Amino acid sequence: MVAQAIAEPITHPAVGAALDLAHVNHSFDIDGAELPVLDDVSLRLKAGEFVALLGPSGCGKSTLLRLVAGLDRARSGVLREDDNAIAGPHPSRVVVFQDPTLFPWRSVWDNVALGLEAQGILKGHRQRVDAALDLVGLSAFRNAYPHQLSGGMAQRVALARALVNDPKILILDEPLGKLDSLTRIAMQAEIVALWQKAGFTTLLVTHDVEEALFLANRVVVLSDRPARIKANIAVQRPHPRHRGDPYLAELRKQILGLLGLDATW
Amino acid sequence: MSTYSASKAVGFPQSVEEGVALAGRPLSLPNALLANGTGVFASLAWVAFGLSCLLWEDLGDWSRTHALAIAAFIIAGGILAATASGKWLGRFGTGLQPRAAWLLALGLFLSMWEVATAKFAWLPLPFFPPPQAIIEVYTDDLPKLFDSVLASVKLQLGGYAIGAAAGFLTGVSIGWSRSVGYWVHPVLRFIGPLPATAWLPIAFFTFPSSWSASTFLIALATGFPVTVLTWSGVASVSNAYYDVARTLGAKPSFLVLKVAIPAALPHVFVGLFMGLGSSFAVLVVAEMIGVKAGLGWYLQWAQGWAAYANMYAALLVMSLLCSGAVTLLFKIRDRLLVWQKGVVKW
Repeated sequence: MVAQAIAEPITHPAVGAALDLAHVNHSFDIDGAELPVLDDVSLRLKAGEFVALLGPSGCGKSTLLRLVAGLDRARSGVLREDDNAIAGPHPSRVVVFQDPTLFPWRSVWDNVALGLEAQGILKGHRQRVDAALDLVGLSAFRNAYPHQLSGGMAQRVALARALVNDPKILILDEPLGKLDSLTRIAMQAEIVALWQKAGFTTLLVTHDVEEALFLANRVVVLSDRPARIKANIAVQRPHPRHRGDPYLAELRKQILGLLGLDATW
Repeated sequence: MSTYSASKAVGFPQSVEEGVALAGRPLSLPNALLANGTGVFASLAWVAFGLSCLLWEDLGDWSRTHALAIAAFIIAGGILAATASGKWLGRFGTGLQPRAAWLLALGLFLSMWEVATAKFAWLPLPFFPPPQAIIEVYTDDLPKLFDSVLASVKLQLGGYAIGAAAGFLTGVSIGWSRSVGYWVHPVLRFIGPLPATAWLPIAFFTFPSSWSASTFLIALATGFPVTVLTWSGVASVSNAYYDVARTLGAKPSFLVLKVAIPAALPHVFVGLFMGLGSSFAVLVVAEMIGVKAGLGWYLQWAQGWAAYANMYAALLVMSLLCSGAVTLLFKIRDRLLVWQKGVVKW
């Protein structure tokens, strides 16, 4: 395990929850044949930590996230949020997907209110929706419909829709993957700011090495399918970070090597 | 882009704004005529219609020829006045301008119709009644026509509402639950494509009254398309929506009511529209054969008496009612589906 000598106060135990994955295996049935996707994955996230999962495309990162979210059940192994086994989806673990998947028939405000409405607590908590929209800077678009938003705005609404539930664990499944590079850089900074402010535990899946290094306390590198944990690298730099930091450049080289791309760099 | 491009071809004002701007300028008479040409010609067409009523003797015995001519002159005057004072009439005036070409065509059509039937009988007479004969039906046979409209609307509304509700519920159930789908799908597949009118003979002796039999048939005709399209709508909802709702704490009832149904609504409205069409067909047939009331029965009755004018009059009313029902459905859809881009305008 990597030493956690991190300079900044990153943990907010009151808000974030610890996440514990022990010997998780998973596989898909494809035309009767079993396709293993996760091979004995064990991973611990401390409360309030920001961990990035890096791995080659199709290695099973998103599958791992679905297990953490409780959308699918692992074939074997145990997943725990604090001390409770994860048995199904729960609003304390919210996912932001690669596609914003806003409900097109709902206005921006109603989309953000979705979680509170589904839990039956919208009445009396309407100001939380307003606050979440404020947080992502989209108060002016509260009555707009999703088809009127740009890609970046839609993804910010999806972020607000997640944050309004005060999640203990925020699961980000390549949330910036489809955005243009300028919007992506701006939103990376926003995500760090939101995480520092709210203190939830964050698990980010990405295939962008720089993004992982810019955001996370720890980068977990996964192997090709079936995914195993290849390396567990602490990023010992406080936020805000600088993209040109030679320390990050050195880590990037190391990680690209682990991903089998050393020859090109 | 305006849909009414007739005025464009003749070189008249291309847009309402342009027309209004032209009308505001002090113009000599020929110029004013050119600027509002379509309106003026429309007015002339209606004058022609009025004259066509008066210039020759009627070949038959119709009592409303003079009244019709007077009405045509009044309409002609109205069109002319509205054209001249277009910009003072506000929305009505600006709404009239692009439709002037329609009024022109209508006036010409009525004149030809009048001449071809009442005056020279180019079209064989009892089968092609002149306009005044149809007006006569509306003035002299109004109570019976009105009762028929009422009976038709009542029957149609009841059957359609039952069919739409049943179809919607069935469709949602099949789309949502695998086991409901297992049992209902074969029934739907077996019975659905059968034209509802094929049930007519059976329905009329199994149901206690011809009215309840007809309601059942109309509901059946409505229900099938509504069921199939609701079902396909619910089945095609992306799993990503369910995933999002589930991670946010949604229970199954929320997934059905707040995810599946709103996502399926565009499909549901296609089903409702198709159901409306097939239910009209069943309504008319059921009224002709079983129920002794309604516009379908009125048509049948008029044919029995060789009262051809009454048939055309009833047909016109029926077409207005059906078109009105479709318009109403589309209005409701536009209200409910404002979030959709580019819906078809009716």
